[in-house]
Amino acid sequence: MISHDYLTVVVGMGLVTFLPRWAPLFFLSQRKLPLWFIEWLDLIPAAILSALLIPALVTTGEPRELVLKTELWVALPTFLFAVKTKSLGGTVVVGMLLFWLAGKIP
Amino acid sequence: MKKKLPQQSLENPPVLQDGLIAGWPICLGYVPIGLAFGVLAQKAGLNPLEIGLMSILVFAGSSQFIAVSMLSAGASTLAIVMTTFMVNLRHVLMSSSLAVFLENVSRAKVSLMAYGVTDESFAVNHPRWSQGRWDIDRALVVNHSANLAWIISTVLGGVGGQFIPAGALGIDYALIAMFICLLIFQLKSRIYVITAIIAGVAAVVLALVIPGNSYIILAAIIAATIGLVAKRYAQ
Repeated sequence: MISHDYLTVVVGMGLVTFLPRWAPLFFLSQRKLPLWFIEWLDLIPAAILSALLIPALVTTGEPRELVLKTELWVALPTFLFAVKTKSLGGTVVVGMLLFWLAGKIP
Repeated sequence: MKKKLPQQSLENPPVLQDGLIAGWPICLGYVPIGLAFGVLAQKAGLNPLEIGLMSILVFAGSSQFIAVSMLSAGASTLAIVMTTFMVNLRHVLMSSSLAVFLENVSRAKVSLMAYGVTDESFAVNHPRWSQGRWDIDRALVVNHSANLAWIISTVLGGVGGQFIPAGALGIDYALIAMFICLLIFQLKSRIYVITAIIAGVAAVVLALVIPGNSYIILAAIIAATIGLVAKRYAQ
């Protein structure tokens, strides 16, 4: 059984998650964007990926603090492998394997 | 429309195939996170049906984790919804960035696409599109196979995730490894490298001083703006 309160929560969450995903796609895709904005948007993926990745490698806890952790050490060879091979699947497998092996080191 | 989809993929198998080849690392990465979410949600008192409903309606990993912890702490509906909004606001940037590729796409498909815009699907779809070797159907396969993997793994986690040993086969690292490789794909010239370095440094500094995850959107805006100014200045 699903309670009425829970349904309100998840429907509300669903709406506020969908709208930021939907509005720019829906409204921006139908018009010509200025060149500077297109160039700016072109830099966004590199910026977002880096902003997602780097804190995950060097911070921990809540409130967060700076640490040197296994995620970071494993990232270095994984990074080199990705640069050399440009293989997404290969990088995922190698990263997982190295992280697993690193966990075996006492 | 519903009848047409499978027919199209039969006529043109590479659509489904291309989408799945591009999307499988996401699906793999979602499994441990989804299982972990399911286990936590079950401990917070949600049944598999409730877990599945949240994954279908919301489909956003980090805000689902936050919502479950807020639910078990007895937070109000409004507080949970507002927090979800803040956490997922970063998708505005990603959808804006994807919008340039969708000029001639029907509004129904655009809306279907929007539902599946996540950090991961964005990172997989965007570079392919900007190289001109991607289309809406392939992107939809990526988004919705990832979506399916998320829904199934969260429900499975709710049913029996406690039987899976923590850290099995380093699978917790799958998404980080994927982000590493996707970031490298983005570093097409010096200006992208500069932007990424600024974003990484800004994100770490902001993550240390502000709680929550607004640091992602802030760092991305700061870095892309500095990158654009630097690019224009250099020309």
